[in-house]
Amino acid sequence: MTKDDIKAAFLKELTSVAPDIDAADVGGDDQLQDDLELDSMDILNLVTALHERLGVNIPEEDYRRIETLNKAVVYLAERLG
Amino acid sequence: MGVFKMPSLGADMEEGKLVEWLVGPGDTVKRGDVVAVVETQKGAIEIEIFEDGVVDRIDAALGTSLPVGAPLAVIRGDGEAAAPAMAPEPESVPAAQLVKPIPAPPPVAAEAGETPASPAARARAAELGVDLSGVTGSGPGGAIVLADVESAGKGRRKPAKQGLDMDAMRAAIAAAMTRSKHEIPHYYLEHEIDLQAADDWLRARNADCAPGDRILMGTLFVKATALAAANVKGMNGQYVDGAFQPSKPVNAGVAVALRGGGLIAPAIMDAASQPLDQLMASMRDLVARARSGRLRGSEMTDGTITISSLGENGVDGMTAVIYPPQVAIVAFGTPRPAPRVVDGAVTARMCVHVTLAADHRVSDGRRGAKFLKEIDTLLQNPEDL
Repeated sequence: MTKDDIKAAFLKELTSVAPDIDAADVGGDDQLQDDLELDSMDILNLVTALHERLGVNIPEEDYRRIETLNKAVVYLAERLG
Repeated sequence: MGVFKMPSLGADMEEGKLVEWLVGPGDTVKRGDVVAVVETQKGAIEIEIFEDGVVDRIDAALGTSLPVGAPLAVIRGDGEAAAPAMAPEPESVPAAQLVKPIPAPPPVAAEAGETPASPAARARAAELGVDLSGVTGSGPGGAIVLADVESAGKGRRKPAKQGLDMDAMRAAIAAAMTRSKHEIPHYYLEHEIDLQAADDWLRARNADCAPGDRILMGTLFVKATALAAANVKGMNGQYVDGAFQPSKPVNAGVAVALRGGGLIAPAIMDAASQPLDQLMASMRDLVARARSGRLRGSEMTDGTITISSLGENGVDGMTAVIYPPQVAIVAFGTPRPAPRVVDGAVTARMCVHVTLAADHRVSDGRRGAKFLKEIDTLLQNPEDL
């Protein structure tokens, strides 16, 4: 999986958890909670969707490593690699 | 023969717009079935029917705004003969006549050529929430065409929810809260709860779970509050027609903040009797439907107490306003480590600040204190929740 694939997958699941967010509006350094206003339920739903889609089980102590799109791509690439 | 009417989906609802029929003439319906979708100030709400029978005829057309109490359909009781002139013959109804989910017409004035615009432009404007009166048309005779709407709506975030009008929602919240502050003599109690036991237990539990099986601290808050509300009198119920009507089941309203502003507090029915994992699933479902899908009429009207949780990145606490006709609301701040005296020594413990707002017509401070203490006690033994 390339980083572009991971980015696309992350955005797809993000916009499915938060249907009112447009993928085109998500900046690489936007914080999921502070900038995009996801709450803890949204984050858990995102982590659940990523687990189902990519097979990566993100433990709670790693949530900070997916707090932005850019960080998440790096983290998921590392876990998938 | 019963008349199915536009229900009141909250104290301040005056009218609703019918946007979808899920049944047609001849269909059998049971009490509790969702039969239609109504757009309100709080978004699209699925409305349920309150009797068993067969749909005799549909009286209300899609896209029309109707006052509370307006007849929507006629329901024939089981075994009752069809109304003579309206004998439904489902087989003979041409397919095109069957009521289908048709998107409501865009809420844009079309009369008198006030704002000439193409149908595609109108539809897109409604989708983007663009007000056509503020758009300059580049089409024939200055008519607004699709491209004009696209450029006017550029960079605009999609509306928080399909069909949700933020100004209308703000007005609905303002009306409900004004009524609450006007009618309900609020009193407030504050308490800090040592959350270390609950936090440790939850971390250990979630560490062994796939994400789909994890539970949020917010679920523990809802469960503990629901159990306490079932045990302590005067907190759980509705104040209707000058009297408090206590409720046996605890229908826990959960405040859900919507992106872009606005708040909904739909209820989880009988929350006190749901095991934690089931309650978590109920909350996931409720939040998902509050965000994107649909809430049910009963979820909007049958709440008996509300819980507002400020989440992980919020502030210490909030003094909330009771959601009428309920008589209590409990607000949990963001849990954070705080210095606390344990066995005579100061130590860092995970803590949460809880604030109760309750109705003096029904209870007073002593009762409220008992209620908050009960929540505290329950949270000390999270494995028993």
